Amino acid sequence: MAGESTLYRYIWQHSRREQLVVLIVAVAAQPVYFLSLTLPKLIVNGAISDEKYWAAHTTRNFLHFVIGIPESLQGWLGTQWVLLSGFELERVPYLVALSVAFLVLVGATGFLKFLMNTMKGRMGERLLRRLRYELVDKVLRFPSAHLRRTKQSEIASMIKDEVEPLGGFIGDAIVWPVFLAGQALTALIFIIVQNAWLGLITATVVSAQALIIPRLRRPILKLGKLRQVQARELAGRVGEIVDGGADIRVHGTSNWERAEIVRRLGKIYDIRFDIYQRKYFVKSLNNFIAQMTPFVFYLVGGYLAIKGQLDVGQLLAVIVAYKDLPGPIKELIDWDLARQDVQIKYDQVMDQFHPDNMVPAELQAPLADAPLLSGQIELKGVTAVDDAGFTLLDNVDLSLNLNQSVAATGGAGCGKEALGLLFARQVTLKSGAVRLGGVELTTASDGFLGRRIAYAGPDGYFFPLNLKDNLLYGLKYQPGPLPESCDRVASARFAAEARRAGNPDFALDADWLDYEALRAHTPTEITDRIAEVLSVVGLESDVYQFGLQARLDPKANASAAQRIVEARHALRERLAAENMSTLVEPFDPGSYNRNASIAENLLFGTSIDPELQPSALPHLPHFRRVVAEEGLEGDLVAMGLSIADTMIELFRDFPPDHPFFDEFSFIPAAELPAYQAIVKRVKAGGATYADRSQLSVLPLRYVEARHRLGLITPQIRERLLVARRTFAETLPAELKARIEFYETDRYNAAASLQDNILLGRVAYGMAEAATRVGVVMRQVLDQLDVRDVIIDAGLAYNVGAAGKRLTPAQRQKLGLARALIKNTDFLVLNSTVSTLDDQQKIEIVDRVLAYRQGKGTVWVLSKDDLALRFDRVLVFDHGRLVTDKEQVTMARAAAQ
Amino acid sequence: MSGVSEGPAMSIQTEVERLRRVPLFAAIDTSRLKLLAFTSERLAFEKGAVLFRQGDRGDSAYLILDGSVDVVVDSDKGPVTVAHLGQNAFVGEISLLCDTPRTAAVVATAPLDTLKIKKELFFQLLRDMPQMTLEIMRELAERLNNTNKELSVAHAKLRSAGLE
Repeated sequence: MAGESTLYRYIWQHSRREQLVVLIVAVAAQPVYFLSLTLPKLIVNGAISDEKYWAAHTTRNFLHFVIGIPESLQGWLGTQWVLLSGFELERVPYLVALSVAFLVLVGATGFLKFLMNTMKGRMGERLLRRLRYELVDKVLRFPSAHLRRTKQSEIASMIKDEVEPLGGFIGDAIVWPVFLAGQALTALIFIIVQNAWLGLITATVVSAQALIIPRLRRPILKLGKLRQVQARELAGRVGEIVDGGADIRVHGTSNWERAEIVRRLGKIYDIRFDIYQRKYFVKSLNNFIAQMTPFVFYLVGGYLAIKGQLDVGQLLAVIVAYKDLPGPIKELIDWDLARQDVQIKYDQVMDQFHPDNMVPAELQAPLADAPLLSGQIELKGVTAVDDAGFTLLDNVDLSLNLNQSVAATGGAGCGKEALGLLFARQVTLKSGAVRLGGVELTTASDGFLGRRIAYAGPDGYFFPLNLKDNLLYGLKYQPGPLPESCDRVASARFAAEARRAGNPDFALDADWLDYEALRAHTPTEITDRIAEVLSVVGLESDVYQFGLQARLDPKANASAAQRIVEARHALRERLAAENMSTLVEPFDPGSYNRNASIAENLLFGTSIDPELQPSALPHLPHFRRVVAEEGLEGDLVAMGLSIADTMIELFRDFPPDHPFFDEFSFIPAAELPAYQAIVKRVKAGGATYADRSQLSVLPLRYVEARHRLGLITPQIRERLLVARRTFAETLPAELKARIEFYETDRYNAAASLQDNILLGRVAYGMAEAATRVGVVMRQVLDQLDVRDVIIDAGLAYNVGAAGKRLTPAQRQKLGLARALIKNTDFLVLNSTVSTLDDQQKIEIVDRVLAYRQGKGTVWVLSKDDLALRFDRVLVFDHGRLVTDKEQVTMARAAAQ
Repeated sequence: MSGVSEGPAMSIQTEVERLRRVPLFAAIDTSRLKLLAFTSERLAFEKGAVLFRQGDRGDSAYLILDGSVDVVVDSDKGPVTVAHLGQNAFVGEISLLCDTPRTAAVVATAPLDTLKIKKELFFQLLRDMPQMTLEIMRELAERLNNTNKELSVAHAKLRSAGLE
């Protein structure tokens, strides 16, 4: 029962005032509801049909409220209580008054119900919002050891699904049982008043029901609990299958996974079926007990009536009153079931969110200021252990200056990585102390450490945002001012509602960047800082490549698009000047492009619409129309026949699974026999319509310069050019809006930046063409100052879930850049560039150390020979610091 | 914009005829040579361009369709041109058959048009076409035989000169 108190305590603590208001409205609604039920009777009996009364009187009293007291109690309570004495009305006005009163009451009942439901809903949603926020808040405060053990999909399923029913229940948590119990009690009291014995019997049956049914339902709830755990684990397993999908395929173990899932589904089925059976048994038993009471009434009441001890009118009144009893009782029992169910869910979820050593909330509160580190970083007798309790660092004493570069080296398992992890607080400090200037590491706040110490390990996590947001992620400590463009009223309203639900009112729209740390204030300065860091970590050319592949919206970036078109012309001039014109064949509306396919030549534009891709042309009705109108079909069929002939000749002897088919053949292995038949029919002069259309599809991906079958004769070239013009000119308006044709002086919004600059194809068969064109392109972009446009576009590259769209090397570089750009007093790098080759490692270490000149840097090296570049070298062995020597590096000697 | 060249005027048919003139491929039937041509890359070099350097790992051979090349070997006294090859020469063929580094560099002495035959692809063809493998073996055996003959003639000459 301890659990119950926690759920109810939670509800009461956070919605007490709202619950009471709803309760008051609910109570207020009762008399109104009661009156709206009794009025029709009064209208019929009092105004319409009571001829006897109206024969004797001309007026009748309206709003005369009396509570009659039952005979058995009349002795000491009087005969009746007069609530309102009312006033006299004639018959028709009396009818009108009663009818209008009825209408008003119906309206009032409806309004009160609406009010109550809205309040209940709002209360539930607020509390659910609070609960979910608190759960996420707890996840953010999980100790790192617990995080490593936690399955993310299980946590997600709890926060998203398992607490969901709580929202619906919270509104009814207090009001509904009070309301139902009130109704049931009223009916019961009425019966007792009619006849004490029958009342007693009713009370007995009801309490039996209330005692037995919940008891029978208890095992169902236990099963429900089990089902919930199983379902959660299922969610966890599904998450694992997604995460490990590649490895499952590689190992060919998908069937083992299938078996595993089937076992779980079977278990869930068994549990659910068990629940189902028990649930319906209890339901029928409940119904049976409910029907027991009328049985007793008929038998006992009837017997008493026959014996003359009970009058028939009274018996009927009891039976009528009893009709009102089972409803509320049943609902009360249902409500109790829901309560226990929600209770279990709440307890279950809460259990998972209370690990030991949770990070105290104060350590994550926003900071007024974070003083710079001063003095030294000192480790005194530090012994650190991992999750399993193994000693990683053994009694290490060390003091580090804040202007030194320090290399930590040693063999595998020597403890150097633990030194790095110690500063990231990812290993447990068993004894000893780490002091950063005057601050104790273990009790320092996250915000303080985040600003003063940067850490990058070998495998940082990246959010599925673009490169820029990931890079600046480490600078978003707390909200700054709201931007000018923000709707202040709306944000104030949002913040107020957030506070009501116990959520913090941090505005996501605010400017979160720490400009001081970034040492940048204008957008240009930010771009400069980013470019600086990118070149330090050697990520610049990657970002440049991403940028070249990116698309730009020319409406939002008109000047950038203009500059790209200028770069296009400049590139052509440069290539001509350097005698390299043959390396690129430009898209010229007036000539056929031998380095593009026939389909590309006909479409002659770019679209992001799948319908308007070169490969989709055969399915485009407009394309088929143009081919027919321009008499191109014969050409296509002839070319198709030639291709089919060649393919059959070249590939017929290969087995169907031969790699040549994928790599070189125009016809997939499976279709080769069909094409053989087609060619035979065509040559015999018996081609069907289908044969011709099959053949006409083949040449569409034929590239003259690449495939060299000599199909594009001057006559065909001319006809293709005419068809290209017709295709564009007669294109239906709705398709026209979705395609960008190649035009020499216009930016093509659907094409990548690189394609826009080239506006042509790098020629096939020219040695080193792509590399040489790339070099010239880069020079041209630098000269025209368009590089920043490309870099900006590259920074908009989305890194994908967990950065999976980046290579491991790019991820490590990005992790390093993210730590560097924070400009912290102290930087800890833990095997951060381990996947790079030796040359790159040397270059990056040199650049990073130059960038960090005068600040503290500790680098845990995966390769010891880089240590010569550092001011000081630590060597670890078996968790102990065995060597600690300072050295004069070349860089330092030069600086002095 | 100076006009983009019409590119290789020769189609695959011409390439096949040229391949046939290479002794190594002389006995192989046309459809196989066509496959070799179709799966190979046509590659043009400017005058002065280096096709490969001495010591490089060899991964392909080049059939010269048009133009000329110098074969250059490094010596103690600097690079020495040991051969001058033109149309229909097949350079770098050793690397198609064994895993030795390039024994010489090849430099274009005029605008050059080649068919680049990749080792990987060549091996794939040999694996799938035993007939072709036999033809190549026969050609190699003949070469070996010739070399042996030349060697014994040279021996005889040396002996008669009294140098051995």
